[in-house]
Amino acid sequence: MNLTPILTPLILGAGAIVVLLADLLAGKGNKTVAQVVALAVIVFAGIATVAVWGRGGPAFYGQVSGDGFASFFNLIFLLVAFLVVLTSPSYLKRSGSNYGEYYVLLLLAVLGMTFMASGTDLLIIFLGLETMSISLYVLVGFHKQRPRSNEAALKYLLLGAFFTGFLLYGIALVYGSTGSTNLEAIADYVKAASTPLGGYMGIGLALLLIGLIFKIAIVPFHFWSPDVYDGAPTPVTAFMSTAVKAAAFAAAMRIFYHPAMTLGIPWDKALWVLAVLTITVGNLAALSQSSIKRMLAYSSITHAGYLLVGFIARNELGASGMLYYLFSYGFMNVGAFTIAYLVNRRGDGSYSLSDYAQLGARNPVLALLMSIFMLSLTGIPPLAGFFGKFYVFSAAVQAGYVWLVIIGVLNSVISVFYYLRVMVIMYMREAEDLKDLERVPSVGFAALVCGLAIVLLGLFSGSLLEVARNSILTIL
Amino acid sequence: MEHTTLISTESAILFLIPAFPLLGMLLNGLLGKRQKEATAGILASGMMFLSFLVSVTVFFQLLGMPAGNRSLTQTLYTWMAVGDFSINVSFLIDPLSAVMILVVTGVGFLIHVYSIGYMKGDRDVVRYFTYLNLFAFFMLILVMADNYLLSFVGWEGVGLCSYLLIGFWYEDMEKAIAGKKAFVVNRIGDFGFMLAMFLMFATFGSLDFKTVFAQAAGSPVGTTAITAITLLLFLGATGKSAQLPLYVWLPDAMAGPTPVSALIHAATMVTAGVYMVARSNILYSLAPVSLGVVAGIGAATALFAATIGLAQYDIKKVLAYSTVSQLGYMFLACGVGAFGAGIFHLMTHAFFKALLFLGSGSVIHAMHHYYHQTGSHQDPQDMRNMGGLKKYLPTTYWTFAIATLAIAGIPGFSGFFSKDEILWKSFESGKLIIWAIGALAAGLTAFYMFRAVYLTFHGEFRSGNGHDHPHESPKVMTVPLIILAVLSVIGGWVGIPHVLGGGNQIEAWFEPVFAPARQLAAAAELGGEPGSGVELSVMLISIVVALTGIGIAYLFYRSKPEIPARVVAKAGALHTLVYNKYYVDEIYEAGVVSPIQKTSDFFLWRFFDVKIVDGLVNGVANWTAAIATKVRKVQTGYVSNYALIMAAGVVIIVAWLVW
Repeated sequence: MNLTPILTPLILGAGAIVVLLADLLAGKGNKTVAQVVALAVIVFAGIATVAVWGRGGPAFYGQVSGDGFASFFNLIFLLVAFLVVLTSPSYLKRSGSNYGEYYVLLLLAVLGMTFMASGTDLLIIFLGLETMSISLYVLVGFHKQRPRSNEAALKYLLLGAFFTGFLLYGIALVYGSTGSTNLEAIADYVKAASTPLGGYMGIGLALLLIGLIFKIAIVPFHFWSPDVYDGAPTPVTAFMSTAVKAAAFAAAMRIFYHPAMTLGIPWDKALWVLAVLTITVGNLAALSQSSIKRMLAYSSITHAGYLLVGFIARNELGASGMLYYLFSYGFMNVGAFTIAYLVNRRGDGSYSLSDYAQLGARNPVLALLMSIFMLSLTGIPPLAGFFGKFYVFSAAVQAGYVWLVIIGVLNSVISVFYYLRVMVIMYMREAEDLKDLERVPSVGFAALVCGLAIVLLGLFSGSLLEVARNSILTIL
Repeated sequence: MEHTTLISTESAILFLIPAFPLLGMLLNGLLGKRQKEATAGILASGMMFLSFLVSVTVFFQLLGMPAGNRSLTQTLYTWMAVGDFSINVSFLIDPLSAVMILVVTGVGFLIHVYSIGYMKGDRDVVRYFTYLNLFAFFMLILVMADNYLLSFVGWEGVGLCSYLLIGFWYEDMEKAIAGKKAFVVNRIGDFGFMLAMFLMFATFGSLDFKTVFAQAAGSPVGTTAITAITLLLFLGATGKSAQLPLYVWLPDAMAGPTPVSALIHAATMVTAGVYMVARSNILYSLAPVSLGVVAGIGAATALFAATIGLAQYDIKKVLAYSTVSQLGYMFLACGVGAFGAGIFHLMTHAFFKALLFLGSGSVIHAMHHYYHQTGSHQDPQDMRNMGGLKKYLPTTYWTFAIATLAIAGIPGFSGFFSKDEILWKSFESGKLIIWAIGALAAGLTAFYMFRAVYLTFHGEFRSGNGHDHPHESPKVMTVPLIILAVLSVIGGWVGIPHVLGGGNQIEAWFEPVFAPARQLAAAAELGGEPGSGVELSVMLISIVVALTGIGIAYLFYRSKPEIPARVVAKAGALHTLVYNKYYVDEIYEAGVVSPIQKTSDFFLWRFFDVKIVDGLVNGVANWTAAIATKVRKVQTGYVSNYALIMAAGVVIIVAWLVW
């Protein structure tokens, strides 16, 4: 039996159990063991991913494929998870919810994601999505003493269940129309069918798409995300806004980039409207936020909209651009959220922007890193954030979606207002009381890694894009 | 059309030109306040000087090559390669960028030195020089790049540094806001630049200057794609180079330290748009519509800003509007196809306008210290408080006067040759209205500049208390003034027209860069060459206009100082309109900024945020109550509302996709 395609999830699954046992053996109060073992598991899984990069091929009767596409996404999930695990303990300690299960759930969520990226059967993708979601429902509510965290978990669970229903119904309709849940088999059926897609099959695919873009928080299926992102523990928010979106995009690309899936359905027009709505609504809402956490929550909606532009372009540059974007966006957003909770000195409450006053003088390194994250999110070259946008927009122009790009670029001009505001406050506003920040080496290290990655991914943008391009060849 | 293949030579030292300022930035940034204030300035200036030396070396290397092959390149590495689309991080020095790097490093070096004196005693000198070096680095990237994308990196970088330096004295919220305004308005321009790049990529499959221009040269005149690309690029240029309607940020940018105004907002960054249009001269020559727009906007800005300059009292505001107006001239030149004349004016303007700003800085410095010493709280930049400074600040006065003669277009001074070249080319192109507007604006320029000289340096000192008086600035500030004054005189001698017996070397120097565009333009129209008699008459007209402007200024502010008050009284409404800069800022505020803000608020309040924001605003006291309400709402209200809206979305999308 060829286990190579599922090597990464295997390690994660086994690793999760090891973490659980290690936590038990370490005894009460000592949670560092769980963290360190989790980090080791992630590193090990990462090494395995790179070692078998793209060599998995289809396996288990065509249910999974360990191709380059899956490997690329696995690496994104693992990198984000690594950074999140690195930054979590200080948050967990502060919030009084320092339990080893946190790491177990995180590893299991990543396990689910890897199946979303490598699944070539609708049921496998669905199982991956559910494994991920159920872990997340718990993680969102992990800050038990905080009502907002509980509220967020409940909301996410209720709405998530609601949309899982749509997703599953979609799969059922597709199965009913074609007799299979396997992507290749469905494609064969579609090719052989004389009439264009429609009826049940069309409804099925549409529901499938909606189920996935709900997880990405595309307007109008975004309502849950500001509340959930705001209520969830900050490291979990960082994880959700990056890795979860990447996983859902991976599944959507895997399913809908198949050449057979276009027949007779105006995907691009509907998605065009959704992209415009997503970018604009996220942007306008982010403008008036006084809490940095909510600002970043809305901004992540906008970025999902930009990614959707690349998705619509449906060409080589668009797809590789999306991979590049998702990879670099992980660093940007995790970095920004990391600093957000380092600076948030009033415990877990407000994440007020005014906490950033004079950060430039109080902690120049932290302020510089935050500036890099904000500028990269704005899309200022030569940082990675610029190239992500540059690639997906170029791809869209290439595919003829000029107006979509005009609206996108116009919105990215508006976004300057709220990203720049953070910098203005850091460097140009007097602080009332200059309080020293808590110094946490591992968190600072994570932020530094993010900052460096953004600069290097920008300066040597071509290298990552080349890897991305090689990774999408199997799915286009 | 004939095509000569250009042979580029590899050069291994080009990267040093931007590398030195970058090194200076890193050293100052890392050492921070651990070093002495003086060393920061010396380090930064030294790096600029090294960069200048390399630039001069490169320039002479270029000069020693055959005219048709003057092109040096250096490729550092491949930035990205997707299929057949590839972009390198590489530099190109040709006659055009050679002039630009000389201006940036040369004038930049002088301004760095001047800053040592000007910023002495400021608590953040190290940060100041860090930003200044960073700016120089990005500016050099902008002009040395051999493709649009790398150039855009510099383009955004200088904008960022400009923003940081305008808001440098952040104690003042007004200044921080001015910096933000500059950045945001520039981003509107960048919107154009970015779209131009996307279109260029879709049309030519490349962003490389060489490839794009070679491909474009083969396409017919007036294609929609090229017209759109050039117009969008020009939108970018209007943002960066402060043209109508995006000029509004530049006067506010004067909130920054004065050497910054001299370097960024007069000599270098604001000319980036002109450089970009000149660099893309082949594209513009293929788009007559865009050329017309460039000429029209340039001429309109030249006149519009000059009229505002007539009624300002803040010495830096006068210079700011003057800069906007002079930039208009450069675009006017490009618009009539005289790209070389535009860049020539860019160069002479860098000398005399940097000098004017540094001179005004010297005046402000003196006034500031004088007020400090006498305990007065008057505005050190208001010309109504000055007067008679000639005898206290002799070096400043003489250098300022030379720069004023240069900008007014007095024969022999640098500005005369470049401005006259522009006016002559616009006359020659047959666009007489453009020429007439240019000539009129030249008269206004002569008037408001002499007005400034008379108000500042002549007459009685209006803030005097009988025994104290302002003092001349230190040598570290006056020596750069003297060097720039020399350049303001002789800088134009490389462009003495043939009709005056000169060689017009600069035109020949630029010839290889602008020849393809000139050939395209020549192919389009078959006008006869006007004779040298016409050229001399046109020149005479501009001299008379300039002298008239000076004469009126003398009449108003020297011989009959009561006249201005009477004019103001007569033309009350008009004066108020001009004095308030035609209320453009207010119009933008009401028409653009506040609607966006309102929409955003509306969105939030109606659809998203009411409860959370409420919770925050009500504060910790209401915390428990707010949470209780919310938890109740979770069970009965909001989640089901969300679900309902989203379910409606599902129905609509499914219906759309299926039927």
